[in-house]
Amino acid sequence: MTWEVITSNLPALLVAVPLFAAFLCPLVGRISPGMRASWVFGAMVLTAAIAYILAFIVYSQGTVIYVFGATTPDLSVPIDSGGIPIRIMFTVDAMSALMEIIAVTVGLGVLLYSLSSDERRSGLENYYTIFLLMIAAVLGMVSTGDLFNFFVFLEISSLASAGLIAYRVEKGVAVEAGLKYLMVSTIAGIFFLFAIGILYGQYNALNMAILAERIQWTPLDKIALVLMVAALATKCGSVPLHFWTPDAYSMAPAAVTAMLVVASQASLYGLFRISFTLYGVALSYVTIGWVIIILGVLSMVVGVTMAIPQKDIKRLMAYHAVSQTGYMLLGVGVGLAVLGDQALLNSYGYTAMEGGIFHIMNHALYKGLLFLTAGAIIYRIGTSDLNRMGGLGHRMKYTMVFFMIGSLAIAGIPPFNGFASKFLIYESVFLFSPVLAIIAMVVSILTLASFVKVFHSVFMGPPLPEHDKVSEVPFPMLAAMGFLAILVIISGLFPQVFIQNLIVPAVHALTNQAGYLGTVLGGA
Amino acid sequence: MFWNLPYIAVVLLTIIGIATILLKKNLIKMFLGVSILTSAVNLFLIVLGYRDSGIAPIYTYAPSELMVLPTPQALCLTSIVIGVATSALMLSFAVVIYRYYGTVNVDEIRELKE
Repeated sequence: MTWEVITSNLPALLVAVPLFAAFLCPLVGRISPGMRASWVFGAMVLTAAIAYILAFIVYSQGTVIYVFGATTPDLSVPIDSGGIPIRIMFTVDAMSALMEIIAVTVGLGVLLYSLSSDERRSGLENYYTIFLLMIAAVLGMVSTGDLFNFFVFLEISSLASAGLIAYRVEKGVAVEAGLKYLMVSTIAGIFFLFAIGILYGQYNALNMAILAERIQWTPLDKIALVLMVAALATKCGSVPLHFWTPDAYSMAPAAVTAMLVVASQASLYGLFRISFTLYGVALSYVTIGWVIIILGVLSMVVGVTMAIPQKDIKRLMAYHAVSQTGYMLLGVGVGLAVLGDQALLNSYGYTAMEGGIFHIMNHALYKGLLFLTAGAIIYRIGTSDLNRMGGLGHRMKYTMVFFMIGSLAIAGIPPFNGFASKFLIYESVFLFSPVLAIIAMVVSILTLASFVKVFHSVFMGPPLPEHDKVSEVPFPMLAAMGFLAILVIISGLFPQVFIQNLIVPAVHALTNQAGYLGTVLGGA
Repeated sequence: MFWNLPYIAVVLLTIIGIATILLKKNLIKMFLGVSILTSAVNLFLIVLGYRDSGIAPIYTYAPSELMVLPTPQALCLTSIVIGVATSALMLSFAVVIYRYYGTVNVDEIRELKE
């Protein structure tokens, strides 16, 4: 009985548990710091467990919908509602479930790391409150089936991320970065709300499924699409609106940076959800597909070229994050550009999208790992300037190994996971347009070059005298990095298992607009 | 024409808001621009939801079964709450920035270059 109550309310619990834990965190922190740490970690483990069970149900039994306040959770269209889903609804399909798995897996590793790396700071009760709020916001963004609800979670994630970026408030620059991020994401959020207003004014609905059914591709719909794509492309840090990424990523504490990667991927998910599910074949998919492809290629090239001259290790990695986001946009953009043509979709469209979406997962893992290793180095030597590092391989052996795994994965070297997803992108994009595939490969080589340089200047060479007292970081930080590193290796060694079981259902959930509509509106 | 006036006001407010954010150098004035932009969206939502001589959906007092669906008002209320939270966070950032840089001029707050 209890078990049934829990399983039928999983989508609500997914957001409720981190929210509840977040707001009780300052209270629990009054008892003792140890108590607070176990409270936060316990809440995170519970959230992760809920997400894994929910994802298992979604992958084995199909899309789960959860209607808040309805007599039964799956009653999406009540009889007295006039034929529209009037309540707020969570629609968790395979794509949402994949994003949830990514978010809680990285969140778990990052929180473990953070418990040790930030334990001597003040204001921790606020830090963990905001951290859990951010997790709740990301999970809400990827689960919701309601456009306005998506906006609310988008704003929660903006506010929480800005607060965490500015967390090291004693450095004025961190606040400057937080302010920049907040300004950009607030304006993006306002334009997103404008788009919601435009759609609501025309179709009298906020639910994505009913909007998708009614959408006409009028000039106003085009304006709404432009506003939403611009807002979400800004939030996921794609060129030409990437300028907040290096500042925000380099100034936030390392654990927060790894979470920011996940938060910007939730915006990326929103971008895909809106173009595939909300508009679908109604939009002129070739044009929009090419817009996303061009954004992707620009992000790849600009990101990597800006990364090469950087002197600050986290700034450098932030530019690489921009560049890697380009791969995801490229892969999924190619899928979108051939969306209406089933033959092309079967021949390479699905493969390209599998590559793009697999890259989201891989990127969250290896980029999270890289930011954590950068954080570990800064934690021990107190600077992020590459010119003042050197010879750390003698002192921090494990960190060096983890850094190597992460950087080989980001450069797309087999047998790590970056190779698996990039290879899918190369081979499918080559069939679409050889030039794009060549650009993608060149960017990958430049990425490798850049990380070889970083690896050399941080870990190689004789040990520097000023680093005499440097030792390996504490065990929880190593455990967190090891956790992510093992996942990077496993998903690199057995990519087929992940692609077959996780990625392919997600891609089909994303492209199958009729299936999404049927699940939500089917009972009507 | 007359019924379009609120929409024209929305457009004007949007333009004023964006121009303020882009042209002003003072952080506080930029925040004012963001607030104006938020107000433009809120006005837009309210105008969308306005029905001439509509009946407020208060069930005990409604004279007939036909009432206005209050969704746009609910959206607007949520957006106001979010706007308050954003303004509060932005202004507190401005306080900290003034303390460290001694200025709120965006041309001088430029330690994160490149």
